[in-house]
Amino acid sequence: MIKIENLHKSYPIGKDSLHVLKGIDLHIKEGEFVSIMGSSGSGKSTLLNIVGLLDEHDEGDYFLNGKKIEKLDEKKAAVLRNKFLGFVFQSFNLIAYKNALENVALPLYYKGVGRKERQKIAMEYLDKVGLKDWATHLPNELSGGQKQRVAIARALVTKPKVVLADEPTGALDSTTSESVMELLKEINDEGMTVFVITHEEDIAAQTDRIVRLKDGIIMSDELVHKEKVKTL
Amino acid sequence: MFNIDLWREIFQNIAKNKLRTILSGFTIAFAILLFTLLSGIGKGLMNNFTEQFASDAYNSIYIWSGKTSKPYKGLQSGRDIQFKNDDFRFILDEFDEELEMVSPRIQRYNVKAVYKAESYRYTIRAVYPSYQVLESAKMEAGRFLNMLDLEERRKVVAIGRLVAQDLFGVRNAIGKSISLDDISYRVIGVFNDPGGDNDERFIYMPFSTAQRLYGNTDHLDEFGLTYDPGYSSSKALSFGTKILKKLKAKHKISPRDQSGIRMFNYAMRNEQVNGMMIGLNVIILFIGIGTLIAGVIGIGNIMVYIVKERSKEIGIRKALGATPRSIVGMIMQESIFVTALAGYFGLLMGMFVLELIGSNLNDYGIVDPSVGTSVIVGATIILVLAGTIAGYVPAKQAARIKPIEALNDD
Repeated sequence: MIKIENLHKSYPIGKDSLHVLKGIDLHIKEGEFVSIMGSSGSGKSTLLNIVGLLDEHDEGDYFLNGKKIEKLDEKKAAVLRNKFLGFVFQSFNLIAYKNALENVALPLYYKGVGRKERQKIAMEYLDKVGLKDWATHLPNELSGGQKQRVAIARALVTKPKVVLADEPTGALDSTTSESVMELLKEINDEGMTVFVITHEEDIAAQTDRIVRLKDGIIMSDELVHKEKVKTL
Repeated sequence: MFNIDLWREIFQNIAKNKLRTILSGFTIAFAILLFTLLSGIGKGLMNNFTEQFASDAYNSIYIWSGKTSKPYKGLQSGRDIQFKNDDFRFILDEFDEELEMVSPRIQRYNVKAVYKAESYRYTIRAVYPSYQVLESAKMEAGRFLNMLDLEERRKVVAIGRLVAQDLFGVRNAIGKSISLDDISYRVIGVFNDPGGDNDERFIYMPFSTAQRLYGNTDHLDEFGLTYDPGYSSSKALSFGTKILKKLKAKHKISPRDQSGIRMFNYAMRNEQVNGMMIGLNVIILFIGIGTLIAGVIGIGNIMVYIVKERSKEIGIRKALGATPRSIVGMIMQESIFVTALAGYFGLLMGMFVLELIGSNLNDYGIVDPSVGTSVIVGATIILVLAGTIAGYVPAKQAARIKPIEALNDD
């Protein structure tokens, strides 16, 4: 699903440039539940931005759903994002003046789905995350966990190939974190590829595969043995 | 291309962000309000000019005589110059080519006019039929003087609308007899005159009749003439000078004598008025466009601020699959809609204010201020343009927002 080979990325800082990603090789197959671990500055957000087509890489190859990503103009990137990717952010990033249903329906608007159809689909996904009764509430009337559920519903509504979650529990307490991770797990069980970025061990431990990133290089890439985690 | 979903988005954006919308709308509404008031007042000033100068043919020249002020060719100064019928023939012969018409005139003031019990005093003018053109007089009933009246020295008169009103009230004046200085005349026509009340209180009679009845001489007071209407104002001015020169030579008056024969050439005034009108138009256009530009810059500023405020939202939209074009389209359409609506509101307010105060401005030389269709059409085009310009720069800026930057910017 996602295939990355020898990926490099640097950012210009004044006259110098900061080499953030120094040759990443990563292959994520369809249906995997992967987490990227790393402290801040390790390059994990940059990796997510590149995978999420929110930023461009300098060197190396990136294949999304078998298609090589290169020389994307903004329009093509937007269409691919809409088609293949769903985003979940740490700070939810819901539009403040739109209610839960409208927020969930927004990606469908950019996909060109008709209004009635949009609302029907959006309502199904709100129901899926257990917030059907909150459809007409504005984001500031929802709790953090509820907001993130709305955001997850929004990420899923276009039936993407991959859900990219950037610190999805970073702004939540442990109980709500738990339920959000449960939700992501459920989605993964249904066959969705889920790609989580986190710096919390116990969040990463709930995924199937942990990729550890340090100073722009992959340190380790291993499968999680669930039994072992449970005994800890 | 009408896209109901896009409009729904825009209406939601507007409805959920009222303060922002009102702020940007107010700027443009105020600019258009000022623009409308300015152009209305400008129109009013121009109406005033046109009204004042429409009273007579614009290509008229009047010539009358006075006392000489300089000795010339052995003749003393202070000599009375009297025009006679041969001066009329002289002008006709000399300037036949250039003239459109010429009429001599005798004028008598405070002539008592009586019809039955009604009696008033008016100014009487004895002229040729073509004099009607000079005054731009229009017949309301009957006819003006004709050449047969002059040849037969008929005792007939054409009277002004107000004369008819004074003497006859609502009754028909045509064919009735009135007496002027105890001589009886038949009324053959009633005219109105765009020159206003004074010009509608004249009584016109055949030139030859007056010459016979008042002194039985070949004296006359004045000439009124019009030249080829195609003349430029400079040509008209030199034509006037030429007539004056020839008449002075004929009457042995020094060419530098300003008072022997006098002339009033409308071309002189037309030139001044035209210059003033052009100046006025330029000023109004300048101020109006300045105001509009200030408005456009104002709304552009607000749009830049709005885009900044919305950068996160735009980042989210882009992450969810909004193309740069859809972002530009949304912001521009919103901007055009708000400017057009606010501008139209300003236009209506301006028209309303003009309507309200218009009639009170007469004392200040502003007559019937109003905005014409061309102003409305022009303003609408300017509004849409303004909205486009004001929306384009920030929209372009918005389209450049990188989703990552916007989303990380908490």
